[in-house]
Amino acid sequence: MDFVNFLIQLLNSVQYGLLLFMLAAGLTLIFGIMGVVNLAHGSFYMLGAYLAWSLAALTQSFTLAIILGTLLSVLFGLLLEWLLFRHFYKRDHLDQVLLTFGLIYVFEEMRSILWGDDVHGVTIPDILSASIPLTETLSYPVYRLFMSGVCLLLALGLYLLISKTRLGMKIRAGAFNHEMTEALGVNIKLIHALVFAMGVGLATIAGMVAAPVSSVYPNMGSQVLIMCFVVVVIGGIGSVKGALIAALLVGLVDTFGKVLLPQVAGMLVYVLMAIVLLYKPEGLFKN
Amino acid sequence: MTNAHSAHDLLLRANKITKQFGGLTAVNEVSVDLRKGQIHAVIGPNGAGKSTLTNLLTGDLPLTSGHVTLNGQDITGWTPEKISRHGMGRSYQKTNIFRSFSVWDNVRLSAQSRSQPMPFNPLAWLQQASLMADVNERAERALELAGLQNRRQAMAGAASHGEQRQLEIAMTLATEPQVLLLDEPLAGMGLAEAESMVQLLLRLKPLHAMMLVEHDMDAVFALADQLTVMVNGQVIASGLPANVRADEGVQAAYLGEDH
Amino acid sequence: MSDAHAPLETLPRSLKILLGTALLALAAFPFVGTDYYLQMVTRMMILAIFAISLDLLQGVTGLVSLGHAAYFGVAGYALAFLTPPGEPVSLWWTLPAAVGASALLALIIGFLVVRTHGIYFIMVTMAFAQMVFYAFFDNKVLGGSDGLYINFKPEAVLFDLENKKVFYFFTLALMVLVYVFLRRLLWSPFGRALAGIRVNEHRMRALGYGTFNHKLAAFTLAGALAGLAGFLWGAQSGYVNPELMGFHMSAHVIMMVILGGMGNFAGAIVGAFSFEYLLHVFKDLPQVAGFNLGKHWQLWMGLFIVALVVLAPRGILGLFAVMLKDKSDKQGPQP
Repeated sequence: MDFVNFLIQLLNSVQYGLLLFMLAAGLTLIFGIMGVVNLAHGSFYMLGAYLAWSLAALTQSFTLAIILGTLLSVLFGLLLEWLLFRHFYKRDHLDQVLLTFGLIYVFEEMRSILWGDDVHGVTIPDILSASIPLTETLSYPVYRLFMSGVCLLLALGLYLLISKTRLGMKIRAGAFNHEMTEALGVNIKLIHALVFAMGVGLATIAGMVAAPVSSVYPNMGSQVLIMCFVVVVIGGIGSVKGALIAALLVGLVDTFGKVLLPQVAGMLVYVLMAIVLLYKPEGLFKN
Repeated sequence: MTNAHSAHDLLLRANKITKQFGGLTAVNEVSVDLRKGQIHAVIGPNGAGKSTLTNLLTGDLPLTSGHVTLNGQDITGWTPEKISRHGMGRSYQKTNIFRSFSVWDNVRLSAQSRSQPMPFNPLAWLQQASLMADVNERAERALELAGLQNRRQAMAGAASHGEQRQLEIAMTLATEPQVLLLDEPLAGMGLAEAESMVQLLLRLKPLHAMMLVEHDMDAVFALADQLTVMVNGQVIASGLPANVRADEGVQAAYLGEDH
Repeated sequence: MSDAHAPLETLPRSLKILLGTALLALAAFPFVGTDYYLQMVTRMMILAIFAISLDLLQGVTGLVSLGHAAYFGVAGYALAFLTPPGEPVSLWWTLPAAVGASALLALIIGFLVVRTHGIYFIMVTMAFAQMVFYAFFDNKVLGGSDGLYINFKPEAVLFDLENKKVFYFFTLALMVLVYVFLRRLLWSPFGRALAGIRVNEHRMRALGYGTFNHKLAAFTLAGALAGLAGFLWGAQSGYVNPELMGFHMSAHVIMMVILGGMGNFAGAIVGAFSFEYLLHVFKDLPQVAGFNLGKHWQLWMGLFIVALVVLAPRGILGLFAVMLKDKSDKQGPQP
């Protein structure tokens, strides 16, 4: 593989990895802090993609679609948390699995009723539709760089929020001991709602930003959910840093695997997970 | 319960064991000897590392350095189940029973561990557990020692606190260990219950090598043949209780404080 | 596991009588039911075996596997690979072979996943099952997304499985056999140890039990029994596809076990029948005001599941037990 091809695959790996990170970060935060597993997390990704499609068509502006879409989905996430999820923080994992599986069904059907079952494309906005030429024949799409950029920016924002702000401190405290944190006057219910909304927001933005590249289709949530789980297992539950490194690792293994060993490419990521399990069953960065 | 060792044989030796959690040294080069027929009490303020010490001996936590020898075998790095099968029993400060089983089932299951067939053996899948005579005998003995014969049908989670503490010990005894590590067996007990427990521990003494982690000082001085004081992960005094009690350093650091 | 899921290990007498009656009804059914319903009930019994196998893992040992369908599907595929296109193959060696394949896969995956706990276990079981799914879905050699056909039912020589009534009774016999076997296992030293692991694994280790090996054995046995069900499914339907190993199948079987009530195997049977029946009901819903209710059966199923987890975490048998003023709860478990 020559250098240009290598560069292209590397950029693709990073882009895919960062996208996975957006989803995995939300999942791992929600689990690490509230102790709830959400199988329907992929549905938010799907929601984002469908919102991007319909809002972009409605407003004729991709930017507006993203802003509106994020707002709508965060509100939706807050509603869900208030209505259902907050009552399940103390229930055992089986109940949570059941609840969120039921929600997957409900969300898929709502999607079918609201938006139908067809596959849709989302056009890349003109300013981002160019390609950067790398050689005489090969070029790299600006949009994919944009995707990576957005994810990176959000990742940075998340890092700053969690480690450098008072809110972040409260969030981290809440992860260790709810009662204690509450006793110190922190409104733990608000923290939980915020963390949940953040997780939903990240997943939705990921879906919106990915929509032009991946298309918008039924069941797109479940495919990405599995990869998300693999990332969280490799990285370690509750560790955002772990999620980032694991996501990039998965991105690399998957992308280069498809190019170098196409017959077994689908299995490689699981082999990676199996290896991690053998030596560190709680993930690479379990706190 | 026959025991090949004669009285005061050294059954467990912890040799300069250390546990570090990142930058924090929870247990610092602690050595403890447990001899058959003796109770070795370990005391110290909260956070002194007593629980960590117990967990290091049972294999629940890996050692950072040092060695532990049980019945002549180096058990450093062994899993908790392997150590248990080699003759160590441990009771917990925070009651760690099978709450949804009956008292009898708790003790029976504990006793069964010593007769457990290999899990991949299909013949064992067709056996009836309640008909295992040696298991039932062992469980009955442990139940009687702990004084719970009349409470065997009670749901463990519904029993009184004192009964649960007794069950805690009974489960450990049902595995017929030679070495007993008891973590605050008197925790939360009223006067009468505590007195019963002390009597039980005295009954157990001749046949076991016992380590007792306790806060109840009256019980400690009534029971201990050897006394070790831990503060901040280190042993600051160790030896005969009377000598340790008189040690000025100990008085200043621990015994003199209200707790 | 929370107390809400504490299983009904010992069935109250009234429930036993009810189940006995149901068994008699099942035995009599082929003589009164039509072919269509015969096939439906056969399928329900196959799913009941599948659900029982998961109950061993989930209800008894407390291991929530989101990838149990992998072992179900693999056995079906094994039969598909072993059956030539032009003639049937012998039941007597393909059945053990298929079950063995599932058991082997469960052993390998189990070895990797049983070392994890809680949420990790749920996620990795799901991940490995998806790996198996994609292995079949992506490879034309293994049938790809179209799946494979099994043109002939296995040949039993002593009886004719192509006869729907015979196949029905064969399935019924296997279901009863598996049930009796697992009830026996539940009260064996192995079964008691699994129950102990569910309630307090940490203490089990401290008592000297090799919990890893016990969990691995349970995982493998559950996988083998799921394979038995998968073999029957392939034989009955004559068709296997990757969906049999998919996430939805794994989630459905979890639902069946919870719906019926966990930990006693009878609940799994009740749950399988109820779930399949509910599925039919939802799919057959009529059109109301131009809105096709039946087409959106997933919505009703989803809402039903949410309602179930909120209102009835102990499932149908649990509700029955409460209604019949459960005596065995007060007496405690009996040998």
